[in-house]
Amino acid sequence: MKPKLHWEDFKPGDVAVYGPRRVTREEIVAYAAEFDPQPMHLDEAAASATPLGGLAASGWHTCCLMMRVLVDGLLSQAASEGAPGVDEVRWLKPLRPGTEIRVRTVALETRPSKSRPTRGFVKFRFEVIDERDAVVMDLVCSQMLLRREPGAPA
Amino acid sequence: MKYFEDIQVGETFDLGRHTFTAEEIKAFAHRFDPQPFHVDEDAAAQSHFGALAASGWHTASVWMRLMVEYRRRVTEATRARGEPVAGIGPALGFRDMKWLKPVYVDDTIEYVSEVIELRPSGSRPTQGLMTIRATGVNQHGVLVFSFVSTTLVERRPDEA
Repeated sequence: MKPKLHWEDFKPGDVAVYGPRRVTREEIVAYAAEFDPQPMHLDEAAASATPLGGLAASGWHTCCLMMRVLVDGLLSQAASEGAPGVDEVRWLKPLRPGTEIRVRTVALETRPSKSRPTRGFVKFRFEVIDERDAVVMDLVCSQMLLRREPGAPA
Repeated sequence: MKYFEDIQVGETFDLGRHTFTAEEIKAFAHRFDPQPFHVDEDAAAQSHFGALAASGWHTASVWMRLMVEYRRRVTEATRARGEPVAGIGPALGFRDMKWLKPVYVDDTIEYVSEVIELRPSGSRPTQGLMTIRATGVNQHGVLVFSFVSTTLVERRPDEA
């Protein structure tokens, strides 16, 4: 088994891209029916009369799809301890059915945990991008990872 | 929803509550966040969570559903009184989302949103900007989840 990525393996400026994943109409509608049942996420005809101008994924669905791409490509290979939250999310473009998304990760800064010597934080910008590299959504988030050498001076 | 002018800072919206079962925690995580501590009780017991915990995106997704249902109830009640319904949204994002404590199996989370800021839109004279802090509190009274979001709300046609 490949050794898992730890906090020390991330450096500010590191860029990586994960995916792709094609987003189907069926999953857009299924997520919306369960969690965000508004016309612009459920039905083409109703959606065309909304500010989105056509069927598009719920912004929360886009967050969830980003998470799945990141778990499959990055976090399942890493000693992940989850994330305490998200600093900021921007929904920049509608995510349409059939779009093939990828997630670009940019490591912004790293710091050790003050309260837990076994843990460190990596602050990332995550960008959900489409086939033309247009950014559909971006967010800034600190990920918690185990340190390879707990408690070593940072 | 109400018009921008009819909303006060400090006003709260009680969205309702939701109980997270083991089945739905795992079903959601298998779709969107299949990390061991969200899909497997034994792996979760050995993780820093100590027991199976919901994905933070699950906690957030349930907030959205309760918010949509709340708006629907308010809209229907407003129409039933014969009053006009103000348009709202779409949201352009959110900030300061905090997953403060884990949401464990069979926890019941009560979701409340509070209006924390109201200001006119500089670029859209017919709309105002409403900023809310959304919170989720568990059955022990512990705050587990919060975020801040800003939405466009329609102004009274005669005052815009």
